Amino acid sequence: LSSSAALEGKGQLKFTSGRWSPHHNCTQIATANDTTVRGWDTRTMRQIYCIENAHGQLVRDLDFNPNKQYYLASCGDDCKVKFWDTRNVTEPVKTLEEHSHWVWNVRYNHSHDQLILTGSSDSRVILSNMVSISSEPFGHMVDDDELSDQEDQHQEEKVKEPLQDSVIATYEEHEDSVYAVEWSSADPWLFASLSYDGRLVINRVPRALKYHILL
Amino acid sequence: AMAEAAGSGTGGSPEPGPGPGSGWRRPHGPLQRYYGPSAAETAEAAPDPADINGPHFDPEVFLNKVRSECPLGQLLAREAALGREIRALDSDMQTLLYENYNKFISATDTIRKMKVDFRRMEAEMDDLAANMAAISTSSARVSAALQDRHRRGAQLAGVQALLRKLQSLVEVPGRLRRWAAPGAEPARALRCHARARAVLRHYRHLPSFRAIEDESQAIMAELAQRLRARLRDETLEPKELSECVEMLLQLEEPPEELCQEFLSHAGARLEAELAALEAELPPADPPSGTAATPPPASDILDFVDRGSSSFVGTLCLLATSYRSLFQGHPGAGGGRLESFAATLTNRYFQLLERRLALERGLGDTSLLVRALDRFHRRLRARVQRYLRALQTFFLGCLGDVRQALAAPRPPGKEGPGLPDLLATLAASVLGQLKAVLAYVQLFTARDVAFASLPYFKGEFCVAAVREGLVVAFLRWLCRTARAFAESPPERGAPAAPPALLLLLARLCLDYEATTVSYVLTLTDEQFPPQDGDPAVTPAAELCAEARAAAQRLLDHYVQVQGAAVAQMLRKSVETRDWLGTVEPRNVRAVMKRVVEDITAIDVQVGQLFEEGVRRAQSSDSSRRAFSVYSSSRAPGRYAPSYTPSAPMDTHLLSNIQKLFSERIDIFSPVEFNKVSVLTGIIKISLKTLLECVRLRTLGRFGLQQVQVDGHYLQLYLWRFAADERVVQGLLDEVAASAAHRCLDPVPMEHSVVELICERG
Repeated sequence: LSSSAALEGKGQLKFTSGRWSPHHNCTQIATANDTTVRGWDTRTMRQIYCIENAHGQLVRDLDFNPNKQYYLASCGDDCKVKFWDTRNVTEPVKTLEEHSHWVWNVRYNHSHDQLILTGSSDSRVILSNMVSISSEPFGHMVDDDELSDQEDQHQEEKVKEPLQDSVIATYEEHEDSVYAVEWSSADPWLFASLSYDGRLVINRVPRALKYHILL
Repeated sequence: AMAEAAGSGTGGSPEPGPGPGSGWRRPHGPLQRYYGPSAAETAEAAPDPADINGPHFDPEVFLNKVRSECPLGQLLAREAALGREIRALDSDMQTLLYENYNKFISATDTIRKMKVDFRRMEAEMDDLAANMAAISTSSARVSAALQDRHRRGAQLAGVQALLRKLQSLVEVPGRLRRWAAPGAEPARALRCHARARAVLRHYRHLPSFRAIEDESQAIMAELAQRLRARLRDETLEPKELSECVEMLLQLEEPPEELCQEFLSHAGARLEAELAALEAELPPADPPSGTAATPPPASDILDFVDRGSSSFVGTLCLLATSYRSLFQGHPGAGGGRLESFAATLTNRYFQLLERRLALERGLGDTSLLVRALDRFHRRLRARVQRYLRALQTFFLGCLGDVRQALAAPRPPGKEGPGLPDLLATLAASVLGQLKAVLAYVQLFTARDVAFASLPYFKGEFCVAAVREGLVVAFLRWLCRTARAFAESPPERGAPAAPPALLLLLARLCLDYEATTVSYVLTLTDEQFPPQDGDPAVTPAAELCAEARAAAQRLLDHYVQVQGAAVAQMLRKSVETRDWLGTVEPRNVRAVMKRVVEDITAIDVQVGQLFEEGVRRAQSSDSSRRAFSVYSSSRAPGRYAPSYTPSAPMDTHLLSNIQKLFSERIDIFSPVEFNKVSVLTGIIKISLKTLLECVRLRTLGRFGLQQVQVDGHYLQLYLWRFAADERVVQGLLDEVAASAAHRCLDPVPMEHSVVELICERG
């Protein structure tokens, strides 16, 4: 045990979830207790930010955006997934309301942070494409001197507009609440989900979207 | 020999060439200067005697040079070229000469013709001059002759005008007397007097004028007196009052005094009206507790209508006339008007409040706003203020409804039922809308000059009234209703009570069904839109908005109520010690609370929404065998025995069963009937229970307790849900999950379970 911090407040306060931030040289942790999300600095064990009332009831899970430094996703018992900028915690940057019951898990794809996976106790796994708050809101940008003449013309013809956020797919293979979803570390396009009835389902990101992101 | 021949050849042939060539070259000089290359070029070229085109050409030098330099062939070619050039130049020169020659000839002709014409014109000009001289002399003679007469004529005209004016002045007293006599037309007298006054004042020094002036003054003073007397008359109508005051102003009475008089008179009149209103109210302090107060003579809305039409109308009329009359006069304090108006309106509102307190009805906080509205004469601002007045009224209504809902019921007296509240809310909002429309109509009727302009009518009726007022109000209503549904409870701001949500949902639904179209047709009748007006919002759009708002509100209500029940269940599961609990003897108190709450919600919703369709229940639904095992679901082939290997079978079976049963959507949109609402709430609560149970570890008795609770819930909740299989399914899930989480799963006997539940 290298250091510890205690939460002060009334009643029985319990931490329900925690996560290391992949940025800041591994000195930041985010925790969830009840409806609040707090960020801690492990060097001083003090709170950096505090998102009050993040979700109407309990906050179930947190995840950090692997490519963008200050972005955090949280999901909770109000069936919503909210994306926060830790520099301005008064309002979520985006809110997703696709599920019809508590969202137990939210996960960013490790390399392409516009792909978000959420699992919920309404037995669904939803894969969303949050392009507008990802690190590449305008799609894949290529330097001009790397292109040949032909490709250059094509590039100019494409209209540079931010892509729209959307739900890519809803996976309904489970018959009971989905309690865990994870991305594969080997292949950035594979993910698995686990539900209460003991079913493990492995899925892929749809091919069209995969090529769209890559090219 | 060859060289000599060449030399003689060269010497021989060019000799005749340059001869005539050099002779022709002299006239070429000036022409070339005119047409040729620029002087600069020739100046810059070095003076070269051998250059055939240069100015310093010397034929001897040229010839010598050519003879020494060029071979025979070249010399011959040169000679031919020179000959050609000479001939070309020759022809050029001839052409030029011809062209210019023609021009000179034509120029000479033109000049000769001009000379002839000018000679003719000169003669005519001389004639003209002579005539003009003659004319001028004769006209001078004529004007000299008539000068005298002209002067005299002007003088006489001036005298006549003056005489006419004097005559009118002299007649002034007579006229004034005639018109200022009681019962005649004082307005004309005033006009006449105004006209005469200026002149009279100017010529005051003349005795005759003085006499006239004095007389007229006397008459006017008399008139003023009479007007004042009339002013004090109690029975004067406001219009006449304003006329009187206007006339007095024109008579240059001091405005402050008139202010006072006006206000006091108006005050007296309004006091009278207030007294009349007050007379209808029962005495201010009714004996407490008993219901001895007689029922108020008129309905609350009637009261408000009468009050507003008589009191407010008078007040507004007076205020506008006051403003218009005393606007130009400094020191006639608008502040006085406001204080005056404020005191009176305060009294009015006190009366209103007393009246309203009796009925616990809905407040009229907007009247003040509306009354003050009328003091401004801007069209759009007024209509917008009506809109805001409507909004504040609605908010006031809502506030009162909330108060009514939240207020503790005094013992022995029933609180207002939800349907009553809804009815009054709807009726009052509608009434208010109608009243506002009537007021706006009054405005269009009054300003006749404006209203007749079709442009005004079209724009005002459609844009301002229909769109700006009615449609905007309806939209705003939907928006505020929706806002109740959307915002999460913020720190410090109290959340809307669920009953209010329900009320608003029903209101929006009613609006969508009937009220919107009714209001819009009413507006169209009163303010007919012209052809070619900007597009009006169709009723269907507003209906759709209202319905959407109603849906959101109802969904939110279900969520809020469901969350409340779920929270209770969650707390009960989380705080209990499931491992070390004792054998259950009775149903847990929290379950009974849950059932009670859901019954209460059922009653509340039932007041406003109709029953809805329920799936026909099977005959033994209330006494269904409730067990952990899926024996009730299976066709009976599997024995209901519990062995360690059985969990696999039952688990597999339950999964297969689940494949065929419908998946339960927990937060699905709710329909507008009671059963659907309650089903939603029950689903949310039971799902919460399920998830919470799955997170705990249970001992044997814990499992049995869960079993007992589940049975109890199923006994009582099935009748609220649209489809009892939903309840059954969820409760079975709870039991199954509890069994999986149990260290020592030994369920209780079913008969014991039933016994406990019946006892509890």
